[in-house]
Amino acid sequence: MTETNGKVRLIEATGIFAGYGEVDILHGVSAYVFEGEMVAIIGPNGAGKSTLLRTMFGLLNVRQGSIVLKGNDVTNFRPDKLVLHGLGYVPQVDNVFPTLTIMENLEMGGFVREHGMRDRLDHVFRLFPDLAKRPGDKAGKLSGGQRQMLALGRALMLDPDVLLLDEPSASLSPKMVEMIFDRIKAINEGGTGILLVEQNAREALSVCHRGYVLAMGQNRLEGEASSLLHNEEVGKLYLGA
Amino acid sequence: MAAIEREATTFQFRDWQRRFGNFATGAGLWLLIIAFVIGAFIWERDGLVTGTVVGSLFALGAIGITLIYGILKFGHFAHGDSMMLSAYLAFMFLTGNIAGETQRSDVELLPFSASDLPGATTKIWEFSFGYSLLVAMGLAAILMAGFLIALDHAVYGPLRRRHSGIVTFSIASLGLALIIRSLMLFIWGSGPRFYSPGIREATELPFDIRILYDQIFILAMALVLMAAVYLLLYRTKLGKAMRAMADNAELARVSGINTDRTVTWTWAIAGALVAVAGVMLGLQTQLRPELGFIVILPLFASAILGGVGSPHGALAGGLIIGIVQETSVTSGILDSGYKFSVAAIVLVMVLLIRPTGLFGVPR
Repeated sequence: MTETNGKVRLIEATGIFAGYGEVDILHGVSAYVFEGEMVAIIGPNGAGKSTLLRTMFGLLNVRQGSIVLKGNDVTNFRPDKLVLHGLGYVPQVDNVFPTLTIMENLEMGGFVREHGMRDRLDHVFRLFPDLAKRPGDKAGKLSGGQRQMLALGRALMLDPDVLLLDEPSASLSPKMVEMIFDRIKAINEGGTGILLVEQNAREALSVCHRGYVLAMGQNRLEGEASSLLHNEEVGKLYLGA
Repeated sequence: MAAIEREATTFQFRDWQRRFGNFATGAGLWLLIIAFVIGAFIWERDGLVTGTVVGSLFALGAIGITLIYGILKFGHFAHGDSMMLSAYLAFMFLTGNIAGETQRSDVELLPFSASDLPGATTKIWEFSFGYSLLVAMGLAAILMAGFLIALDHAVYGPLRRRHSGIVTFSIASLGLALIIRSLMLFIWGSGPRFYSPGIREATELPFDIRILYDQIFILAMALVLMAAVYLLLYRTKLGKAMRAMADNAELARVSGINTDRTVTWTWAIAGALVAVAGVMLGLQTQLRPELGFIVILPLFASAILGGVGSPHGALAGGLIIGIVQETSVTSGILDSGYKFSVAAIVLVMVLLIRPTGLFGVPR
């Protein structure tokens, strides 16, 4: 495993070229997450933020570059293999199974789990007590906030070491945004490394440890979240200050 | 601020209105269906019985169509011919003959037949067949499951990897339907065949219902398989994975579900069900190669009428299509040659009132 100042890199993408069809969206993007760290990726629309997460999770082909997860090269591994290696992913939209119940959604999250399902369910229900209230409800009937909780809960069923979150606060009310970030922070404090993509840059940087700014499919800036938050360029371009 | 609130109320009202409208047409449609069934019970009891039997066969085939549509998102037009091919495969296993005109003068091509098993042709209860037919049906079901999996590997799988559109899939399945039908004509000829010669016994049930013993078998078999499908989909891990994949295939992959394996199982289940349906269709009517093409319409009508993607919708759709079709003949309204067109008429009428089908979820 790669170590920097004694800290272990859980997941590291290096020099990634990837995209849809013949067109590359990412032109050599690199990013990593230390153990126990929470990292934000921000940047304008079309910068390739979501594409990077999708590529890291094996949904898009890596044309050049590598992805290393806990010291193992997992470049171009299929998603159903990556979950076994301890990687989790929550898409931005369509992130629950609408005709399945809350309980069934969580069961699907733990699909490859052989045992310990009950403990994991208890863990998720402790984190999101709302979900435990009516486990038989269809996911399609949930509100935006509850749906996001269920989406996170589904990804947590396998107790991932690293969680990739694609805009967890998208289309939520300000109150719900605060709640979801609070929960994500709790997940991170439980020992899960988190890499999240956010449109809501200010909110994201204020809870994360570190941040990357992407533009045009390339790394633009990176650093401590607090320093990015006060960076003049970032402020002008992405924080609307 | 007030404007926003007003807008919100209007929106809620429209939402409520839409839901109520949905409920009202749904309830109206169900009342119509119930009234029709009661009417059939009073005036056309024979048609109701035959319709229920035929309808339960349609339902078994339609479940396969609905599962394949849900998971792979295309209409499998080769399903009707697969149904008939299964019936012929069972015939082959039953008699040990592959080709020829009549059962007795056939050229023996299989070294074995289910009829050679000890006591296999002794009739069970009052049925027209012994357990040899059940063995042949089982073998046909296994073979058909394998056949559809092979088709998926050879044809549909490569199309999926190329991200082909729904039209390409449907045309491909239509082409396969033609190939299967030609194959049946080539091997078995166009003449009708029967699993067992002779007259089949009927019995009287309470309420003046006359039913063939074989039809009781068909109904019982369909009921058992429906229950099995329901348990599979709602109680087992595989079934839940199938439903999850029908909901959102990418999220299923993201969750670690092996979607390739789920697809394979879907074909296997659809194949086994359609094989049983085919054998029972052969038992109810006869074996003729072109029946496979004829049943495509009622099969799709059943699946769409119930709401594509919904297994209990396929059951309701199958029964409704079956009953309407058969009573239209027994009541003398239509000549029996036209009965399969009834499915299309019912389908169009229901879709005009309720485009999502009986159990479909409005999107």
